[in-house]
Amino acid sequence: MSALTYEDVISKYEPVLGLEVHVELNTNSKMFCGCSTIFGAEPNTQTCPVCLALPGALPVVNEKAIESTILIGLALNCSIAPFSRFARKNYFYPDMPKNFQISQYDEPICVNGYVDVEIDTDEGTQSFRIEIERVHMEEDTGKSLHVGGSTGRIHGADYSLLDYNRAGIPLVEIVTKIVPGTGKYAPEVAKAYVAELRDILRALGVSDVKMEQGSLRCDANVSLRLIGSDVLGTRSETKNVNSLRSVERAVRGEMIRHAERLNKGEKVKKLFKKLVTFKKTPA
Amino acid sequence: MSSLSRDDVANLARLARIEMTDKELENLTTEFGVILNAVARVQEVATTDVAATSHPLALTNIFRTDVVIPSLTPEEALSGAPASEDQRFRVPQILGEEA
Amino acid sequence: MIKNSAAEMAQSLASGSTTSVALTQAHLDRIAEVDEKVHAFLHVDTQGALKQAADVDAARARGEKLSPLAGVPLALKDVLVQKDVPTTCGSKILEGWRPPYDSTVVSKLKSAGVVILGKTNMDEFAMGSSTENSAYGPTHNPWDLTRIPGGSGGGSSAALAAFEAPLAIGTDTGGSIRQPAAVTGTVGVKPTYGGVSRYGLVAFSSSLDQAGPCARTVLDTALLHEVIAGHDPKDSTSINAPVPQVVAAAKSGDVKGMKIGVVKELNGDGYQAGVRQRFEESLELLAQAGAEIVEVSAPNFEYALAAYYLIAPSECSSNLARFDAMRYGLRVGDTDGASAESVMNMTREVGFGREVKRRILLGTYALSSGYYDAYYGSAQKVRTLITQDFNNAFAKCDVMVSPTCPTTAFKIGEKANDPLAMYLNDIATIPVNMAGIGGMSLPCGVAPEDGLPVGFQIMSPVMQDQRMYSVGAALEAALLSKWGAPLLSQAPSLGGAA
Repeated sequence: MSALTYEDVISKYEPVLGLEVHVELNTNSKMFCGCSTIFGAEPNTQTCPVCLALPGALPVVNEKAIESTILIGLALNCSIAPFSRFARKNYFYPDMPKNFQISQYDEPICVNGYVDVEIDTDEGTQSFRIEIERVHMEEDTGKSLHVGGSTGRIHGADYSLLDYNRAGIPLVEIVTKIVPGTGKYAPEVAKAYVAELRDILRALGVSDVKMEQGSLRCDANVSLRLIGSDVLGTRSETKNVNSLRSVERAVRGEMIRHAERLNKGEKVKKLFKKLVTFKKTPA
Repeated sequence: MSSLSRDDVANLARLARIEMTDKELENLTTEFGVILNAVARVQEVATTDVAATSHPLALTNIFRTDVVIPSLTPEEALSGAPASEDQRFRVPQILGEEA
Repeated sequence: MIKNSAAEMAQSLASGSTTSVALTQAHLDRIAEVDEKVHAFLHVDTQGALKQAADVDAARARGEKLSPLAGVPLALKDVLVQKDVPTTCGSKILEGWRPPYDSTVVSKLKSAGVVILGKTNMDEFAMGSSTENSAYGPTHNPWDLTRIPGGSGGGSSAALAAFEAPLAIGTDTGGSIRQPAAVTGTVGVKPTYGGVSRYGLVAFSSSLDQAGPCARTVLDTALLHEVIAGHDPKDSTSINAPVPQVVAAAKSGDVKGMKIGVVKELNGDGYQAGVRQRFEESLELLAQAGAEIVEVSAPNFEYALAAYYLIAPSECSSNLARFDAMRYGLRVGDTDGASAESVMNMTREVGFGREVKRRILLGTYALSSGYYDAYYGSAQKVRTLITQDFNNAFAKCDVMVSPTCPTTAFKIGEKANDPLAMYLNDIATIPVNMAGIGGMSLPCGVAPEDGLPVGFQIMSPVMQDQRMYSVGAALEAALLSKWGAPLLSQAPSLGGAA
């Protein structure tokens, strides 16, 4: 139970936002292989040596995915790089078969764009410009089902079951620059941004953008600083937020949580919170 | 030229997900010192005006068209699995957070 | 008939004087006879091979048009996946694994009717120069069973030298086809990078790996080259251009007017005396055949070894991350309460051998932030310089040549505890992989001091592989005249009727 109200928080602090949105493209086949991308298939029926990362398999880039990403970049007012490159992001995790993700590092396809959103404020409708740092291509991971334990979540599970149908589906990552100046409207701005992106992507026809199915996912980064200061606070990241309402709630919730700690003179720990709930049956 | 401490090597083993024995770590620390000394000479000629080659053939824009081709059957996909259940790969409890 | 060349065997099959089943059986018998001593094979696919042979015989009987090598047996390095046949890469971590798919090389071999006898031994994950890093025990050089057959593809070359197969497939990342060929008195070619598909070739160092043909003669190698080479849409690094006319070049062996560049930095200084001697003699023979010998310089070659031992481990540390006990291969430590992480860590500890672990850690270090530019980044620049050296030299000559490696076959165990000494075996072969050009090794004699085979290396520019075959064929013919019989006839008999 929080002792602070939202009003308490915004009277003393101002938020700084960062938003990362992942979009699953609606291509027929996966990013690097010809497996189908149809949602809801029986487990491990849409896999091949490439997306299972069998020894000897090699990726070949899906042309349509590149086109879709460029379209997205253009719609977000980005510059399209004349030369772009894939890079390996090396880390180990069972849902990522190669134990590296083919992504983009310092040569993304699209850079430096913006999206304008409108929200209702006390002073009437206001427009905020959210600057886009980059739009790049990568591949999605497999899906894990955590079995045993009481909550069905990863902590306390006895073991996990992996379905790689989703592994390798084209993913576009849209990353904003830091968004200051939203004041008390930070939660609304975040929600409006994700909603606007969703509308743009739907209009482009490049994705189903169904947040409840995971084809549009948002990671919300929040930090607080004292009003008038330019020292940025520690940011925390809430990952895989899967509804517009949850985006708003997550930002508001994090702002309150940060303020509580800061008021007590405590540090804000970088907390990676998950808002995804797991069910025994696949989503 | 830097040499690596045993802790450095132990850290690398952690990053590479290999559970090394103390003896292995000791041996590797010595070997690394020798090897790194030998390979560091690449820095002698790697000046700023030399471009890097990541790949012998500078091929660009090699794509495939967006068509579906048949996948493996689930039996084939799971054929090598150390453990499976409900047509899924069964793995021990995962401690870390998903990225 | 196992002593014949593949071309001769193909001729016998075409004329009907033998069948593929008989030919295959003869080789299976030979393997049964000698492989206990040689240990070239990790897996012999008796049933599969005889079935393939029978299918080819039936097709021939039906009057179908067949590929030139249809029905001829072949040994396949165990780093290439073959559907439903155990593929181990010489590692415990893949013990018993049967791939659910074929590599493109294997698909092409099957389409051509080539009979795959089995999978050959190799240094684990292609890392090594002696086949001593195999988790299944070393292969023994048929010339002297106490000596190494080279590596990483020692099994393939030994199989050829022991007459267990007339054809073999190897892979070459820093010399792993050419150096074994040199120390076993056989022929091995690393095609231009991108000339042969890597789909289904278990990756060690993706920007350096290449599969290639191995045999006892230059023409056989050329025939096999034309079967396996060509563009593959499943490999985005494969070259979309016609395969160089290597068979025609091997048949003509015409070097009149060709400029042959002797690389100053690889001319044998410090190499074993007998190696240098045979190299010089070979140059003489080529000059007599009408070639012009010129000297070329490649000043950055001295950095090639260092750059290689940064690039290859870096790439392998990433490529081998997939061996994590989750989807295939070995799994250990999966007891109550064990986590996925601990199972991964223990499996990789137990499943990988010493050299593999050494290179994974070296690569992990070279790629880590703070060190990336100094190590991997710098090594990539050396690569550019080496490519420039080759381009400059090729402006003055049609092919470049050198001894394939500094010594003849050393004793098993002799260099096993000195990684740096082991790495020096590749000093002449590595530059070729760095630049992605073609490289061939063929036998040019035995060293007088120890009677062991010496290899002659020929290097050709990107997509000019046919030049290697012209020069190789010319030298081979000249040497055959000189010796009166193929070099392998000087190898000791391995026992039993040959």
